[in-house]
Amino acid sequence: MPGYSDPGFDTLALHAGAAPDPSTGARAVPIHLSTSFVFESSDQAAALFNLERAGHVYSRISNPTTAVLEQRVAALEGGIGAIATASGQAALHLAVATLMGAGSHIVASTALYGGSQNLLHYTLRRFGIDTTFVKPGDIDGWRAAIRPNTRLLFGETVGNPGLDVLDIPTVGQIAHEAGVPLLVDSTLTSPWLIKPFDHGADLVYHSATKFLSGHGTVIGGVLVDGGSFDWERSGKFAELTQAYEGFHNMVFSEESTVGAFLLRARREGLRDFGACLSPHSAWLILQGIETLSLRMARHMENTAKVVEFLASHPLVSRVGHPLLQSHPSHQLAQKLLPRGAGSVFSFDIAGNRAQGKAFIEALKVFSHLANVGDAKSLVIHPASTTHFRMSDEALAQAGIGPGTIRLSIGLEDAADLIDDLKKALKAAEKAA
Amino acid sequence: MKLGPIYAYTGGKDFNPAQPTVVFIHGVLHDHSVWILQSRYLAHHGWNVLAIDLPGHCKSGGEPPASVEEASAAIVGLLDAAGVQKAALVGHSFGSLIALETAARAPDRVSHLALVGTAFPMRVSPALLDASVSAPMKAIDMVNAFSHSSLAPPPSSLGPGTWLYGGNRALMRRVLASNPKVNVFFTGFKACDSYTGGEAAMDKVQCPTLFVLGSADQMTPPKAAQSLVGKAKNAKVVQLPAGHSLMTEAPDGVLLALKDFLKA
Repeated sequence: MPGYSDPGFDTLALHAGAAPDPSTGARAVPIHLSTSFVFESSDQAAALFNLERAGHVYSRISNPTTAVLEQRVAALEGGIGAIATASGQAALHLAVATLMGAGSHIVASTALYGGSQNLLHYTLRRFGIDTTFVKPGDIDGWRAAIRPNTRLLFGETVGNPGLDVLDIPTVGQIAHEAGVPLLVDSTLTSPWLIKPFDHGADLVYHSATKFLSGHGTVIGGVLVDGGSFDWERSGKFAELTQAYEGFHNMVFSEESTVGAFLLRARREGLRDFGACLSPHSAWLILQGIETLSLRMARHMENTAKVVEFLASHPLVSRVGHPLLQSHPSHQLAQKLLPRGAGSVFSFDIAGNRAQGKAFIEALKVFSHLANVGDAKSLVIHPASTTHFRMSDEALAQAGIGPGTIRLSIGLEDAADLIDDLKKALKAAEKAA
Repeated sequence: MKLGPIYAYTGGKDFNPAQPTVVFIHGVLHDHSVWILQSRYLAHHGWNVLAIDLPGHCKSGGEPPASVEEASAAIVGLLDAAGVQKAALVGHSFGSLIALETAARAPDRVSHLALVGTAFPMRVSPALLDASVSAPMKAIDMVNAFSHSSLAPPPSSLGPGTWLYGGNRALMRRVLASNPKVNVFFTGFKACDSYTGGEAAMDKVQCPTLFVLGSADQMTPPKAAQSLVGKAKNAKVVQLPAGHSLMTEAPDGVLLALKDFLKA
């Protein structure tokens, strides 16, 4: 598809990484449920193992179906390549494990998905990797938290669930001045709302479980490299710039001027930690991506209507969406997220915990469960579920109160969603 | 031209004076890493590999060559510095003209000549030359789009999962940024555009010549190589289903053509 510029987003969402299957003519991406791939010859086998030729050997390292997903997400993000993982959490772990070991330090936003907060605050500390948490809008705080052993700055495009927008250009600049990359979790926005590489991020990952797949059917993650971070110039990443005994003494930054990170992440991280994605799961995510732009447009349209309804309801004390001028990230969202700041947001019921419970139990269209980014509308009470391990102090830092309700607005008729919310708020009022 | 130290990637193997040597020469806004797969394979199959960064590009010092002839002098200088009497030269695009000129100027130093994605004359439009200075990022996007022919290439340089459009764009930006003093985008294109000695050079080439051309190449389409093919005395032409970025869009095809040509 030659032209004067890259193909557009919708074309890439349908075609990047895949063509009709040359052997069968199949138009859809085939699911290659094969653990291994037959070598053409002994010479080719040896060449594949030694990175002299490219191809598939074993599906923990790569797989033809999964590779289509990797290329497609990399294309949509504007990256150089990607690695699909068993989950979004596996993608975050792969990024961290590729860049650092015991004795290293991360500076991260306080406004993170609870699972990410757990990984950084508890689990990685056990392996000698320390994290300092900074409020995403505290620019001086980001700078002040950096130590000589800091190897990564990390935040979410919009923090879960308060929707604090990460000032990627500014935080990216702070990271680069310190000689470290900025990793961004773009799960809640998807590349349709923002491409973090365009704003200064170096690595991006998704829980593909959410908007990329979009139908609540699959767990998966994708880690994308923008290819812009100069590991050699930084001088802080011996993992990428010095000979690695664990893989033929390869110096990854010599092998690939822009792709050292991906080389090591696949050749070490997938090989040794093994959190690869099933080709069947990859196929399900690809099916979702084909309609990503259509779904995201409808998610945003419905969200705007629901936000407007909630903001004017007397039993609602706060609506946390940057669409509203009252939201602290309103202006930044206008700048970085002109198509919208996502369809996952929270609001507070002006009442007690029992009223919150009555509200959730009265909902009929919204499903009460622990996921976001589904085609169907979802609801959850973060303090007792997704973020229950966090202390009250940490909850407050993440912008979550005991009565906070999180919504994920789906693709149903907006009028039906608003009607469902209206009836549930009535039930909450009666429960006072 | 001031020659500085020239960086050469050796494919993960030490230089062995007992082995034959192959020199890989990249094109405009590229570096040694566009040859990862081909160079690594040959390095592990009996060849010394010197996949260079051209002077003034990335890890190499000195000034970027202002002409194909200047770049050719740098290649001869490299062979002298490495103590290599005779080497196979493999060049892509701008690098193919450099390899050709070197084979003509120093026929006793070149055992094989492989021209990948080549053309003569290698004209660059005045608008693109201007854009390489006035709007280099836009010009990179244009060249990048013109250099690729498929949204679904086979597994490539970083393995499966590589997105070639993005990888090439990132590399071009990195190479441009690697020399803050001289715009190597413009100097490279200008050197291609102003090179007039292609046919005369081919007349002087004494070694076997391989042409590896992309059937979907919009930058150097196969027909644009015919004047050189017609002049070559001992030529083989391999056409691959790829665009200008042959080494990444058809990595195995390029490797197998080189392997056959070099008897590696």
